[in-house]
Amino acid sequence: MCRTVDLHQAVLAKNDENALALRGYLGDRGTVAVNLLSSPGSGKTALLERLLARAVAGGTPAAAVTADLATENDATRLARSGAPVRQILTDGLCHLEAGMLQRRLEGWLPEGTRLLFVENVGNLVCPASYDLGETLRIALASVTEGEDKPVKYPTAFGLAHLVVVTKTDIADAVGFDREAFLGGVRQVNPGVPVLETSARTGQGVDALLAHVLRCAAGEEAHVPVLARQHERYLHSHGNGHEHPRADVHPHPGARQAGAGPGGEQERARGQER
Amino acid sequence: MHELSIAVAVVEQVEEAVREQDRAVASLTLRIGELAGVVPEALDFSFGLATEGTALAGARLLIETVGARGRCEGCGRETPTGMPPVLWCAGCGTPLTLLSGRELEIVRVTLADEPLDARKTVDGKGVGPPGGKGADDGPRPAPSGLPVRDEEASHVPHR
Ligand SMILES: [Zn+2]
Repeated sequence: MCRTVDLHQAVLAKNDENALALRGYLGDRGTVAVNLLSSPGSGKTALLERLLARAVAGGTPAAAVTADLATENDATRLARSGAPVRQILTDGLCHLEAGMLQRRLEGWLPEGTRLLFVENVGNLVCPASYDLGETLRIALASVTEGEDKPVKYPTAFGLAHLVVVTKTDIADAVGFDREAFLGGVRQVNPGVPVLETSARTGQGVDALLAHVLRCAAGEEAHVPVLARQHERYLHSHGNGHEHPRADVHPHPGARQAGAGPGGEQERARGQER
Repeated sequence: MHELSIAVAVVEQVEEAVREQDRAVASLTLRIGELAGVVPEALDFSFGLATEGTALAGARLLIETVGARGRCEGCGRETPTGMPPVLWCAGCGTPLTLLSGRELEIVRVTLADEPLDARKTVDGKGVGPPGGKGADDGPRPAPSGLPVRDEEASHVPHR
C-alpha cells in the first residue's frame, strides 16, 4: 500500500523566495532592477551600452550585470559606458536565477546605484520563467528576427512590462512588418507599451531611459495578462512556505490536513510513528 | 533547456518534503499549465537525469496538463486562449483575465512501502552499513543484497 503526500507547492518556489529576498535587498539600497530578455544577436548589448552611457551622462547612477554562457565580451563592451559592470558566467546554464544574481551583487553593487540593468542570457525561453526581483522586465526583438517573434515566444513577450524593438534603422532594408509585429505583441500581451530603438542612430534611447526612470520613481508598470495568474501563484506559495511540511505531518491548523483520503491516511500514519 | 533546472528544483523540494518519511518516492504528480513555458516531454526526459541517486530514483512522473482559459470582464465570454495564446477578447477586444494555464506545481507524491535504505541497496548505491552492524547479524551479508530485492527492483517503474 502506498502512502500519498499532498504537497501543492509551486515548482519554482525556491526561486520565487530568493527573488523576494533579492527585491528586499535591492529595495533597501534604493536600487531598481531591470531584467532584459532577448534572443542572441538582438542588439541588446549595443542598446544597453548606449542606455548606460546616457544614464551616466544624465547623472543617474546605473550599473549592469551581464550574464553569458562562457565569454566576457559583453562586459568589456558595456564597461565602455563608464558604468560599473559585472559579468556572471552561467557555465552553460541557459538562464539566470535570483539566488545566483544576489550572490553576484553582494559585496559589489556600488552604494547609491539607482538602476541595475540585468542582461539575461540570450534566450527567450528559459529566462522567462525566473523572477529576478526586477521592477521592470523588458523583452527585446530586433527587426531582423521576424514579425512572429512575440507569438513564437509567448511567455517571454507575454510577461514583459515593456517590449523594445531594436535596430529600427535597418527596418526598411530588411522589410520589417511593423503592424504584424505589433499585432503579435498585442495578442500575447494586450496593452504592453512598445518602444522602437536604434543603438546606431540613438533613436528611442532617451525615451527608453525616461520610461525606466518613471518606473523607478514608482509609476506603475503595465501588468501583463499572463502575470496575473502568476501573481496568485506567488501568493499561494507564501502560505506554503510558512508551513513547509504542513501536509506531511499531523498538524491541526494545516491547510490541507485531512482533506481527502490521502491526507487522512497520512495523518494516521504520522501518529503511529 | 531549463527543464533540467526545473526537474532539479522539483527533486530538491520533494526530497526536502519527504525526508523524515524515510521512504523512496514511487510516483510524483506535477500540474503544468499550457502557458507555463515548460515542455512536458523535455521535463519527462530531464526528470530521469535529475532523480539519479536521489530518493526519487525510478519514480514515475505523472504530468497533469492544464489548458489555458481566459475570461473577458467586458462581455463575460470565457474561452480557451489557444496556443500561441490570444489574450484579448475576440468579441469585444478587452484584455482577458487568465483563469488557468500558468500552473507549475508539485501536486503530490506517493511513497513506496520499503524504507529508503532498502531502495538504495537495490540500486547498489548504499550497499549496507559498514563493519559494525554486520557483527550483530553474524556473518556479513552479501553486499549486493538478497535476490528477492533484485526481483523487486525490476518492478520499480521507470518514469
Ligand atoms: Zn469581451
